[in-house]
Amino acid sequence: MKHLDEYRDAGRARALAAEIARTATRPWRIMEICGGQTHAILRFGIDQLLPPGLELVHGPGCPVCVTPLELIDRAIELAQTPGVVLASFGDMLRVPGSKTDLLAARAAGARVAMVYSPLEAVRLAGEKQDQQIVFFAVGFETTVPGVALAVREARRLGLQNFSILPAHVLVPPALRAILGSPQSRIQGVLAAGHVCTVEGYEDYEPLAADFGVPVVVTGFEPVDLLQGILLCVRQLEQGRAEVENQYARAVRREGNREAKALVREMFEPVDRKWRGIGVIPSSGLALRPAWREFDAEARFALSTGAVEEPSECISGLVLQGAKKPYECAAFATRCTPERPLGAPMVSSEGACAAYYRYGRHHV
Amino acid sequence: MCLAIPGEIIEITGADPLTRMARVSFGGVVREASLAYVPEAKPGDYVLVHAGFALQTIDEEEARRTLELIAQMGGAEEEGAP
Amino acid sequence: MSDFALSCPAPLAQHDRVLMAHGGGGRLMRELIERMFAARLDPQHETDAATLALGGRRLALTTDSFVVRPIFFPGGDIGSLAVHGTVNDLAMAGAEPVALSAAFILEEGLEMETLSRVVDSMAEAARRAGVRIVTGDTKVVERGHADQLYVTTTGVGVLIHDGELAPWRVTEGDEVVLSGDIGRHGMAVMSAREGLEFESEIVSDSAPVHREALGLLSSGIRVHCMRDLTRGGLASAVIEIARSARARVELDETRIPVREDVRAACELLGFDPLYVANEGRFIAFVAEGDGERAAALLPGGAVIGRVKETGAGVVTLRSLIGAERVLDLLSGEQLPRIC
Repeated sequence: MKHLDEYRDAGRARALAAEIARTATRPWRIMEICGGQTHAILRFGIDQLLPPGLELVHGPGCPVCVTPLELIDRAIELAQTPGVVLASFGDMLRVPGSKTDLLAARAAGARVAMVYSPLEAVRLAGEKQDQQIVFFAVGFETTVPGVALAVREARRLGLQNFSILPAHVLVPPALRAILGSPQSRIQGVLAAGHVCTVEGYEDYEPLAADFGVPVVVTGFEPVDLLQGILLCVRQLEQGRAEVENQYARAVRREGNREAKALVREMFEPVDRKWRGIGVIPSSGLALRPAWREFDAEARFALSTGAVEEPSECISGLVLQGAKKPYECAAFATRCTPERPLGAPMVSSEGACAAYYRYGRHHV
Repeated sequence: MCLAIPGEIIEITGADPLTRMARVSFGGVVREASLAYVPEAKPGDYVLVHAGFALQTIDEEEARRTLELIAQMGGAEEEGAP
Repeated sequence: MSDFALSCPAPLAQHDRVLMAHGGGGRLMRELIERMFAARLDPQHETDAATLALGGRRLALTTDSFVVRPIFFPGGDIGSLAVHGTVNDLAMAGAEPVALSAAFILEEGLEMETLSRVVDSMAEAARRAGVRIVTGDTKVVERGHADQLYVTTTGVGVLIHDGELAPWRVTEGDEVVLSGDIGRHGMAVMSAREGLEFESEIVSDSAPVHREALGLLSSGIRVHCMRDLTRGGLASAVIEIARSARARVELDETRIPVREDVRAACELLGFDPLYVANEGRFIAFVAEGDGERAAALLPGGAVIGRVKETGAGVVTLRSLIGAERVLDLLSGEQLPRIC
């Protein structure tokens, strides 16, 4: 596949790994933001090609993992409400709320439809006018433009039975919270390339300056990741802390203007709770008043209030890069993908599940 | 997060910028994707598709430059190898 | 950390209902089989078919239910699948398939035309495979109590060798031979599934494999164990054998054939082709030195790995860029994802 296979080439990967080894003169700790990057690192074994001392720390870049328990509970509550169908990406179906997950709720009679695109949820609403379709709007900046267009389309079609349960989260505020934490040991950052296709990377420039940390916008294939690491190590070795763009074939500095414009027109930033981390200011999105009729929380009477997270789960520390999954006492014993304590063990992008799935509990 | 993969636009339907759709081929597998956010995209372009939406067109020139940079490194390494 | 046994806070410690994942070919299904069925019944559950000695002849017996949705997909349908699946399970035991039974559960309101197409397809598949469908059963359930139709086939075959093909025979040095490219069936079904439609030329690999499999035995290949790849895909089949055999198996990703369009469809949905279903592919563990000859006897065959040592049941994969990772069972079926 063009623009994919070139970046999975063993020769290129080896050349980059050798260059990284030549460049790094001392240990460095680099965080990859995105769960997709974590996934690729473990799936292809990229970390094994790096020189000893170069440590990759896995960031909070899985929107599924950071969705708070109470929001999942509300999604399940909606699916159990007569006349309501909850439409969700496949990613959310196995993630446990405080009592159960969407797949188990469906087994017990709740109505859950899996969709691949928010536009399919709108189409479903068009087909089932006697039912309320609620789309569980999970995702980072990458996914928001599609949801915005879906809501706009629902209004254009005059659909009274479509709404969204907004659970969007934004990367730069979370990165600021992590880098600003006294526990942070992060020296360099690989920013999530796909998030930046939409938002660009201007927002990372003050972060790099404020915290003296190089930020490299990086793609998701092995060659992308190794090149991103190389650029980051070069900056660290030279004492620079700039924003660089490894993923130039897909990311422009200003991002996608059309997408940003529609998102800003329809959504506004709000404080958002991240599972395992807590509330991060201005890190979520809510529909603006002109569009609020499409907010399921405004349309349906849902439970409110917070839910406590299991005390043994250290997912907060894992998501902030302070601990590795296998440093958790429950990892692979009391916490497995079948019986997860926390979301990073459930989502296929979650750091704990990635470690488990790619066999790092055997090592 | 954010699974997005590159595919080639093989056909475009609709003229209204906000409802423009395309048939996009991913290694021979074809799916519909919205082109609402890539108004400049035309047949033959590669676009990065996420959840049914094209988010960017792939810049062929930048892709070539990235691979060239790596080739220079790889070349150097192979000359040094026995 | 004291008395942790008392304080296990797992929110979902037990599933009090059956989940889709219990049938997905992954870890939950394995647990269900071991704890619910194997603990109370007495199956030879480490192989796909049981072997029985009856009146001096050694027979293989197997049964399988088919619930595919949609029931017609590119390259096959539930009827041909029900014949191939059972024929293949017999073949994996090293048995020549002789006869099948077929039991149907039909949903009230199912169109006769649909049923007719499925039955014709079964007849054709049986004819091509050289087996007879000799008995059967039919039940009808109320509308909504089944999804169109389900088919259960049971098969009996005659073993064509004296030994036993089973994981316990797998030993150090064995080579792992794969009979062809993987992932076609799962992605062909996905391409036809409502809401996921994508256009492709991917056609299911659904086919009887007994001639190829038995051909290995009759060519003198020293086969130790065979398994057809169904739900859970190549990875799950190798992992199950490795665990039963307590063998460390090393696979090489670059040697595992996957068609470009299958790979693309997997990328699109966020699937790993190693875990995608097949219905006409199998793996054979053969004695050291026999691998290349076995692969040459199979159209599309390839040696994809070997047994490094015995002791620990684990499967490792050398990735495309040359690093190594451990393969593990999935929890259940892979779900299309966007993250």
